[in-house]
Amino acid sequence: MNPAPAIGAGHESLPTILYLNGVTVSFDGFKALDNLSFYIRAGELRAVIGPNGAGKTTMMDVITGKTRPDAGEVFFDETVDLTKLDEARIANLGIGRKFQKPTVFENHTVFENLELALAGDRRALPALFFRLGPAERARIDAVLATTALAPVQDRAAGSLSHGQKQWLEIGMLLMQDPDLLLVDEPAAGMTDAETEQTARMLREIAASHSVVVVEHDMEFVRDLGCRVTVLHEGSVLAEGSLETVQANPRVVEVYLGR
Amino acid sequence: MAGWRPGFTHLLGDRGGLVLLTVLAAAAVLVPVLNLLVPPTAAFHVPTYLVSLLGKYLCYALLALSVDLVWGFCGILSLGHGAFFALGGYAMGMHLMRQIGTRGVYGHPVLPDFMVFLNWKELPWYWHGFDHFAFAALMVVLVPGLLAFLFGWFAFRSRVTGVYLSIITQAMTFALMLAFFRNNMGFGGNNGLTDFKDLLGFNLQADGTRAALFAASALMLAGGYALCRFVVNSRFGKVLVAIRDAESRARFLGYRVESYKLVVFTLSAVMAGVAGALYVPQVGIINPSEFSPANSIEVVIWVAVGGRGSLHGAVLGAVLVNYLKSYFTGALPDAWLFVLGGLFIAVTLFLPKGIVGTVPALGPGRCWKGIDAATTQLTRLFGGGRTQL
Amino acid sequence: MSLLPRVVLLIGLAFAVLSPARIEAAPVDEAFSGFASAGYDTIEKAIETLAASGHPTAEAVLNALEGGNLFVREADGAIVYKTKDGKVLDARTDAPIAGNAAESLKPVRVNNRIRRAVKAALGSLTLLNPRTESRRVAAEAVFKGRDPTALPHLEAALAKEKDAGVRRVMEQARAAALLGTDAPEAAKLAAIEVIAGRGDLEARALLASLGRDVPPAVAKAAAAAVAAIDGRLAVWNTAQSVYYGISLGSVLLLAAIGLAITFGVMGVINMAHGEMVMLGAYTTFVVQETIRKTAPELFDYSLAIAVPLAFLVAAAVGILIERTVIRFLYGRPLETLLATWGLSLVLQQGVRSIFGPTNREVGTPAWMSGAFELGGLTLTYNRLTIIVFAVVVLALLMLITRFTPFGLRMRAVTQNRQMAASMGIRTPWLDSLTFGLGSGIAGIAGVALSQIDNVSPNLGQSYIIDSFMVVVFGGVGNLWGTLVAALTLGVANKLLEPFAGAVLGKILILVFIILFIQKRPRGLFALKGRAVES
Repeated sequence: MNPAPAIGAGHESLPTILYLNGVTVSFDGFKALDNLSFYIRAGELRAVIGPNGAGKTTMMDVITGKTRPDAGEVFFDETVDLTKLDEARIANLGIGRKFQKPTVFENHTVFENLELALAGDRRALPALFFRLGPAERARIDAVLATTALAPVQDRAAGSLSHGQKQWLEIGMLLMQDPDLLLVDEPAAGMTDAETEQTARMLREIAASHSVVVVEHDMEFVRDLGCRVTVLHEGSVLAEGSLETVQANPRVVEVYLGR
Repeated sequence: MAGWRPGFTHLLGDRGGLVLLTVLAAAAVLVPVLNLLVPPTAAFHVPTYLVSLLGKYLCYALLALSVDLVWGFCGILSLGHGAFFALGGYAMGMHLMRQIGTRGVYGHPVLPDFMVFLNWKELPWYWHGFDHFAFAALMVVLVPGLLAFLFGWFAFRSRVTGVYLSIITQAMTFALMLAFFRNNMGFGGNNGLTDFKDLLGFNLQADGTRAALFAASALMLAGGYALCRFVVNSRFGKVLVAIRDAESRARFLGYRVESYKLVVFTLSAVMAGVAGALYVPQVGIINPSEFSPANSIEVVIWVAVGGRGSLHGAVLGAVLVNYLKSYFTGALPDAWLFVLGGLFIAVTLFLPKGIVGTVPALGPGRCWKGIDAATTQLTRLFGGGRTQL
Repeated sequence: MSLLPRVVLLIGLAFAVLSPARIEAAPVDEAFSGFASAGYDTIEKAIETLAASGHPTAEAVLNALEGGNLFVREADGAIVYKTKDGKVLDARTDAPIAGNAAESLKPVRVNNRIRRAVKAALGSLTLLNPRTESRRVAAEAVFKGRDPTALPHLEAALAKEKDAGVRRVMEQARAAALLGTDAPEAAKLAAIEVIAGRGDLEARALLASLGRDVPPAVAKAAAAAVAAIDGRLAVWNTAQSVYYGISLGSVLLLAAIGLAITFGVMGVINMAHGEMVMLGAYTTFVVQETIRKTAPELFDYSLAIAVPLAFLVAAAVGILIERTVIRFLYGRPLETLLATWGLSLVLQQGVRSIFGPTNREVGTPAWMSGAFELGGLTLTYNRLTIIVFAVVVLALLMLITRFTPFGLRMRAVTQNRQMAASMGIRTPWLDSLTFGLGSGIAGIAGVALSQIDNVSPNLGQSYIIDSFMVVVFGGVGNLWGTLVAALTLGVANKLLEPFAGAVLGKILILVFIILFIQKRPRGLFALKGRAVES
């Protein structure tokens, strides 16, 4: 089942940054992804929604190299076959990922977390002699400002509030400066004010990056104001603007139950 | 700004380290002086047996440091570091055996006594070269390093982590123990290597040699400490801690976790090997029981007692536990295993951060806070690495 | 070999009672006087004559001769023999001799040649015994003696023999005896074929000993037969190795099953697992000591009594450990590993303080001693019992986890702790019980291991690494995997031993597992899916 043509997104002419075709993943007979096909154009902001077990997280796992698909193809930037690469290679290609449960390095300070995420040489031996230059320090300061974390930059990341950890993780994605960001439930467990600020942050990021956001919260998706893909039982159920999707009877059926 | 060498700035603000280095430097001078120059009747005289005992503790401390580097900072709980220690020890032991020359019981010019006893006709190929100190010293570094590199290459690439890794490191040292017990391996079997005479021409029984070995151990420990401090304060060290705390996050940030683990594991094994090489001439024997899994796991508890993830804690723990061991095995031999076992349980249950992480005066205490803040600012200002406490 | 003469002796005695009296005076007198001679030739001749005579005391005398109990009375040259219970009897008449005469007795000279002659002679004597088993043993004796002079007796016995099995042995004996004569080449070739048909070590020894002083065709046939026997023996040896391997595997299985519960199901790294095994072994020791002191007649049941007690002791200690130490460390496997290692040291030293550092003697009940042969295999009863026992324990455990409410809850907690808790399962209590079950099974293993290993405070340590290897190799959380892994490792170890030696074999296995875990970190039978990945 191919998705319907894009609706008013304005990215049609741009190259496809991520392309999944016929991806299938099964765990002990259970198909987490079933012939999933899906693509994103460069610079696009896309929300992926779907009920629990629809395959959202598994899709992220496949794109980032954590899980190998049983069948299907995954291409980044139209040429790079992601199914052949490991997590570190994929990350270095320019795909960043934010986990559902905020994972930051708890024993490092906020500053150090951002420093670790800083784009650059990731090899082990050069890291022994690496020293932070003024340009890099300026970049970190800029991201500290974007994520409103400057006042707590010297605190251990483990001592941050839940919302701050989420922002720190988004900040780390920014430091990575990836071409494509995968963001898993950024608003989970946040207050309304925090949610709103998160949405603003993501829109800001989307201005210069391609972003895929997996989310449950419909209000948040509305705040994002972007194209929506609905996953169900491991494949795409519907795609389009939030209004179109919400009007789709099959989507309603899936969300409201039979 | 570039004038500040990281090798200097990284020691600034490391209070525990500065104390440790000062103590080591003082000991390296004072202990030999008090042993050699102060007459035995004087109150401050340090008897030779004590010099060797302290030297032994320092070697254990270096071993503990190497375990702390992988466990405390990278979360790799190695239960096989005793193997690297023993391999370094055997490399040194082989050199010392070759130095015996014709002074052995059988007086054979080339073959060590045990080979004559086993009716061997010629030196096995892997014993060649050990008559040169430089070659032996190279092997002290290479053999443990190479084994760790190969082991780590396979283990880390296939992402063996946690207890699985611990269990296979234990199996590794167990297999080596079985192997070294075999007579036909050519390492002296059950009895190991002993009856050493001299090192670089100095009689190993002489007070002067013992004092020199002690000083060498102190310097090597200081060097090992400085190296570890450099490593953990570098970006590399921060990545290690990141791997320890959230391995898959580090992967998704693009760090090739296995490379980092491999480098630190190999480095740590080399340190353990050097510790073993210094240990052997001071205790006068190396035998396969050094490979026993119980030894390796005991090292882990030294680190845990001192405080994992704190370099000076590992040194403190090693010295403290081994002092306790010397005391108990002398005074109350039956009680020692109760004490050791109790330490394992008590430390994991009640002191997860070890002594250094628990006793305020040794950890990031209040009275030091000002200095800490100042040095942190200073190091930031001059672009050095940040303090890792 | 020590068994055979005794059997022959017993059968000989039976024959002496049963056989009809056949008295032929003259050659017998000659024979008896021959025993007094100093020359081995004369003595050998006397043996043959006596055997051929069928004299009523012939059996007893020949047996006495073999055992060095035949004497010449120095006073008058009369031949006497001592029975097992110390009586001295006249060799010719079985009449008792006065006790004090014993001092002037000179033993009849015996060397290996004489012993062989005695064996052959005894064989021919009993070839006509009415009891089938006696005839078979007798024929075997002749086969081993390969005395050409036995040929006439064999022919006579063969003529009367009805039992096919005994006939075959007699034919083999005849063939063996024939090879020692100057029979024609064709007859010898046929004989070799008959002997080769036996296919055992005895036949091989006989054929290999033919040497060069036989015609080339015979030598060639013998060599071919030896090669054929070697081939067959190699098969049996492999089978024997496999049996030893299964036996070792069953020991590994017993040691590892408990761990498969605590590590495999609960994820607890219990380094004190080996000490649970040790506690089981010491429980067996205490049970046996108590029985020895109070009710020795129950000794054969000591293991049956020890099994439930060992389970209870180890389970109680296990629950205590879980309640006081392990429950504070859930989710911190490396810390659990260290704390339980500490516990193992404490338990070892505790046992050492109470029972002493040396090995303790644990006896084997009569019904577990001994062995029997199956084809070319020797199976000892104690090993066989342990194999059966291991299978029974595994089966029971599987039944418990599959079909009891406890097992159901245990699996529920393993799969989803929070869900199980919210459905009313008291998870902390269940953790304790599960840990107790795993520890108790280790205790039971200790009862079995006390039969084949030294019961010392270090008993457990020697099993802990092996046990972990088995569980990890088999795949964590999978009892079938544990079974397959234990048997595979046991058999592989024993098959390697003949080539590599015991120690190197073990090292190779360890290296193999280390490499295997790196290839498949989750073992042979890995669970798949998202739940395992976290």
